[in-house]
Amino acid sequence: MKKTTTVNENKTSFFQHPAVQSVVASLICILGGLLVGFLVLLFMAIFSKDISFSEAISGIFIVLSGPFAAGNAKDILFSFGNMLFTATPLIMTGLSVSLAFKTGLFNIGAPGQYLMGAMGALLVGLGIPQESMPTWLIWLLALLVGTLLGMIWGAIPGFFKAKFNVNEVIVCILTNWMAANIVSWVFAANKEQYVNYAETKTNFIRKTISNGVSTATFGLDKLFKGSYLDASIIIVCVIAVLLYVMLNKTTFGYELKACGYNRNASKYAGMNEKRNIVLSMAIAGALAACGAALWCLNGKQDFKWDTYQSLPADGFNGIPAALLASNNPIGVIFSSIFLRYIDKGGSYLAGRTSFNEYVPQLIVAVIIYFAGFSKFIKDFLSRKKKNAAPAKSPLLENKVPVAEPVSVPPVTEPTASVAGEEADK
Amino acid sequence: MVFLLQKTLIFAIPLLIVALAGMFAERSGIINIALDGIMIFGAFAGAMAAFYLRSNPFFVSHNQLLFLICLVIASLFGALFSLLLSFSAINLKADHTIGGTALNLLAPAITLFLTKVLFNKDKLEMATMVNAEGQRTDFGYAILKDDLNPVAQIFFDKTYISTFIAIGVFILLSFWIYKTKTGLRLRSCGEHPQAAASVGINVKAMRYLGTTISGALAGFGGYAFVATVANGTAEGTVAGMGFLALAIMIFGNWKPLGIALGSLLFGFLKCLAVTYERSLIEPLESTAWMQKILENSPAFTNFYNTVFKNMYFYNLIPFVTVLIVLAFTSKKSRAPKAEGIPYDKGAR
Repeated sequence: MKKTTTVNENKTSFFQHPAVQSVVASLICILGGLLVGFLVLLFMAIFSKDISFSEAISGIFIVLSGPFAAGNAKDILFSFGNMLFTATPLIMTGLSVSLAFKTGLFNIGAPGQYLMGAMGALLVGLGIPQESMPTWLIWLLALLVGTLLGMIWGAIPGFFKAKFNVNEVIVCILTNWMAANIVSWVFAANKEQYVNYAETKTNFIRKTISNGVSTATFGLDKLFKGSYLDASIIIVCVIAVLLYVMLNKTTFGYELKACGYNRNASKYAGMNEKRNIVLSMAIAGALAACGAALWCLNGKQDFKWDTYQSLPADGFNGIPAALLASNNPIGVIFSSIFLRYIDKGGSYLAGRTSFNEYVPQLIVAVIIYFAGFSKFIKDFLSRKKKNAAPAKSPLLENKVPVAEPVSVPPVTEPTASVAGEEADK
Repeated sequence: MVFLLQKTLIFAIPLLIVALAGMFAERSGIINIALDGIMIFGAFAGAMAAFYLRSNPFFVSHNQLLFLICLVIASLFGALFSLLLSFSAINLKADHTIGGTALNLLAPAITLFLTKVLFNKDKLEMATMVNAEGQRTDFGYAILKDDLNPVAQIFFDKTYISTFIAIGVFILLSFWIYKTKTGLRLRSCGEHPQAAASVGINVKAMRYLGTTISGALAGFGGYAFVATVANGTAEGTVAGMGFLALAIMIFGNWKPLGIALGSLLFGFLKCLAVTYERSLIEPLESTAWMQKILENSPAFTNFYNTVFKNMYFYNLIPFVTVLIVLAFTSKKSRAPKAEGIPYDKGAR
């Protein structure tokens, strides 16, 4: 279309590129969030006589240095490994939320899907005795069953949305609490087999390592000595890349996104928008559940079974992870690691300053608040560049102004081809 | 049964008032998913006021007045907090869901942060207060009479003052939004803001009004929840009540009467889960025919014991019920047409 561009135009299009704009907008949001966090600390220093200014300044530096605040090299490695490990379920729930967002759905049901995934993984991982088959097979089965349960659980809101047009947010909230009760019920009914009686507190399920089931570590736990890090971080990164490819390079991914942009238009173009809604939610559920299963199958993690009054925080934290990454699957990896990075920093705050581990949470909340303005920021970036180079009017380029508007929505052209494919079938 | 209904009323009140809060925002065109966060923030402000004021000798003897003051402070701070959402959604045209999610994250973070920095505690407790003689007295109950007939008992024994205020506010505001000029204008901004603007209604102001009322009600509901259902403990969570209220609002079809019915039904089922042993199992098992069945059929007894004598089963009932009812009533469901769409003057 508009490939007859000059060198000058290529230069300015860098900031107008949507991906660049997203990254710049996210960075501006992060800076804003950190600034507000710092201001809150300063504010506390002004109004409390127990807190000094130097404490506020060192506080924000501790948050910013994340796992590097640990001190010596050994502790930093340990802290860094655990940061990556705790980021894995977050990446998965973040992917889950972002995929649903791409289809125009708000998946606030990730906590429930997460619980179902954890339940499936633990039931299989501990239920099949290690004598009966190789442990890697049990591991694989546990992962698959967990993922499948989450998939079913995620499909429920999708089904209600597609079939009855019930708002998916409401169904997600209801299914979250249902999952919390079902998980507690299942484990309460099979206490003898699953609950960890070896330790004094009996709120937790046995660790899967007691059945010989654990994720391969590939020496990562040696590299980051003492941490829980295992191959799951690699697995989730591969899943994120696959999801990116699916969304951007396949017809199915295109259909999902088209549904998100305009449900009626995609229906008009011959797509089965109801099927796409259910599928999108099912995959989202599978992703969140897979994250939970990977977390539990690490083998050394506690899972609190009596969970009917609380929902896992990792499920909800997928929302900021997705929003911060503008729902880009690759971006979710970085945003999740960033969230865990400042969380790690926050965990050192209580011991060294008058502040506490909630500072990173506060910063993240402000970042998300600013992320709501990202469209505003992007518009601002575009406008600024246009003003900087006003000589871009097509009229000045000695061309006949053909009936080609400057901003052709990229959807229109491929929609036609997709519709054609559907018609061929 | 009286006990069950008493509990139902206590549980349903925060749900009722917060669902109404959601209705006010959505009727003006703003999706207020931040109800949960606003509840947490309002409850925290109220609890902090109670914490600072309760040792004052005047308030020790007038603890109901203190309860009222805390309620007002909670509403005020809820309204203030909701301005963050209004600003992002109305002035900057940000996505309402993102803004609401940010508030939901912000409220627990800021309350827990402040609780720890200011009080060096994980939660604020205000259930009991110390009177002039150094004795601990109950902070919450307004009326304690037990020589009443059962119907009066539900409303006047072991009730909180917030219950009556909530019912009063609910009725007043329901009339206000349907029977007054401003109420009509507010609703029109949720249906077709451009049409409303064309007859001279200030859409932005109306949306600010709706969201601010919503914030005040959510703050009220948050404090009512913390002071009654949560036994006076503010700890940076309201157990997902804000989200449940959102579900009740949709269940009630964005109408006050439906919301009232929905919250009472949900409250009843939820309290059944807490009191099922006393209100269901005991009366049932004391009947002769039930005992006969239990004696004669071991298979049924086994099933009965694992399912009907199980807390989790009753916990599931309210959620499943709401889901099924939503599926059946969705055809009649009618959300405000312009909700969640930023107001654009030019888009007529």
